[in-house]
Amino acid sequence: MVAQIELTAMDVLMVRLFDAIDEANMGWIMAADRALREAFGEELIDLVPSYTTLMLHYDALRLDHDEAIGRIHRVLERLEPADTGLGQCHEVPVWYDLSVGPDLTRVAERAGIAVDEVVRRHCGRDYYVFALGFAPGYSFMGLVEEALATPRLKTPRRRVAAGSVGIADRQTAIYPLTSPGGWNILGRTAFPLFEHARRGEPLLRPGDRVRFKSISRDEFVRQGGDTTVLERAP
Amino acid sequence: MSVSDKGALRVVRAGPLALLVDDGRFGVRHLGVTQGGAADWFSFRWANWLLGNALDAAALEIVIGGGLELEAEADSTLALMGADLDARLDERPLAPGVSFTIRAGQRLVFRQPRNGLRAYLAVPGGLEAPQVLGSRSATPREQLGGLHGDGRTLQVDDKLAWNGRAVTGRRLPFDPAINMALSGNWLALVPGAQIGHFSGASLSRAFNLPWRVDDRADRMGVRLVGPKLHCRLGSMISEGIPLGAVQVPPDGQPIVLLNDRQTIGGYPRLGALTPLAAARLAQCLPGQEVRLVATAREHALRTHRRCLAAFR
Repeated sequence: MVAQIELTAMDVLMVRLFDAIDEANMGWIMAADRALREAFGEELIDLVPSYTTLMLHYDALRLDHDEAIGRIHRVLERLEPADTGLGQCHEVPVWYDLSVGPDLTRVAERAGIAVDEVVRRHCGRDYYVFALGFAPGYSFMGLVEEALATPRLKTPRRRVAAGSVGIADRQTAIYPLTSPGGWNILGRTAFPLFEHARRGEPLLRPGDRVRFKSISRDEFVRQGGDTTVLERAP
Repeated sequence: MSVSDKGALRVVRAGPLALLVDDGRFGVRHLGVTQGGAADWFSFRWANWLLGNALDAAALEIVIGGGLELEAEADSTLALMGADLDARLDERPLAPGVSFTIRAGQRLVFRQPRNGLRAYLAVPGGLEAPQVLGSRSATPREQLGGLHGDGRTLQVDDKLAWNGRAVTGRRLPFDPAINMALSGNWLALVPGAQIGHFSGASLSRAFNLPWRVDDRADRMGVRLVGPKLHCRLGSMISEGIPLGAVQVPPDGQPIVLLNDRQTIGGYPRLGALTPLAAARLAQCLPGQEVRLVATAREHALRTHRRCLAAFR
């Protein structure tokens, strides 16, 4: 595997494997994540995989810079892509409704389809978890089909409810916590992302696949969902 | 001399922002969990050193002061370090950089910044709080850590408790006022790989003209206002962000990312401040002038080692 290794901070290197988002990258990123963790062991402070890169923060007081780079090269030389079929498959139940999905209309209008069709299509394919970031347990997933791709809101909302399911361009995600956010919100889930993330055991991990399932308000409430309306349509 | 010290402080008035901090959370960035921890880690460690604590023992980070008032429930030895927030022990002025005795019933008040922005109050053995993902640091945005484990900042009637032993009579090997005055003059930056995508004129301006600390500044990041920088890279695919990263969004005004930054992001970067420079920037008040100075990684690491060696 050929990679660019870039100086990112005094004790941080960026391992750049790809230059575009692609589901086919996942096996390589997952394999590199595993192999780098093993190779650095106790001298690893943090390793942050993303779509095309892994950011490696090492203990510069114990490990020399050149030795760190050498280790990365040695890991990459022997790297074989991981079997992405090994990631877990999750079904995430979502209550798609205009009250908790204030951007359903905007997405439908942009795509020139009915709201029901937006829901059907959002549920119509498996999404890969590409990366975790932004908030504990927040997973960037994709790729959403081209027709539903909708840019972020020009002005992010100050509060998006915990459990909100949104899309931005061809990505989709769930907000684990009530937080500011600029994604187009389609609905809400009671899937307990944050509770698991705060224990260090995220429900969704890079390489996992997710399929959304449309449920009724009653089911959502039965699963412990909160129906309080926080966001308004822009 | 060492005294057994079990004690507590009750929060009489909360002030604008005070929170429990330690070194921060590590080994969890891949979960989307931010670093948190003392924004001025240098002052935080010296606060613990003054009491003979483990250098990463949980302490209180007091931002601005703004009337934060704490009442002692027992006689204790505490240490204050970092910014001069015009602190008073009852009516008596209390300068940072010392350990001091507080008697049961006495009140400690933090009024307003006179030199720096963040003060650190250390207690014998460290503040008691649950560990969340390996750290006691409060990160309010993530609802993690702090006194109750849910990320909350200090509230009225919170009780800050400890049970440890403090060494008394330690003196700092430098003048804390001079250390604070240095904050903000020069911020050492290790240039990153993307620096080549900035125009030559932009780089010349970035490292030769002064920057003003904007009032959009918090534990996530500090915006700098000055010459507009131009980068040929637009927005990029999101990737990990290190402490001190100097990212430049399309408006050309840099944002320096600090302890509570988001874990991944997609703006091009000039590089990253050294850990010491990030701590210094965290002490800067809005309006203050700073300059960026490029430094080689090797040099930054040597300086960092020297800094850490001073704690022995």
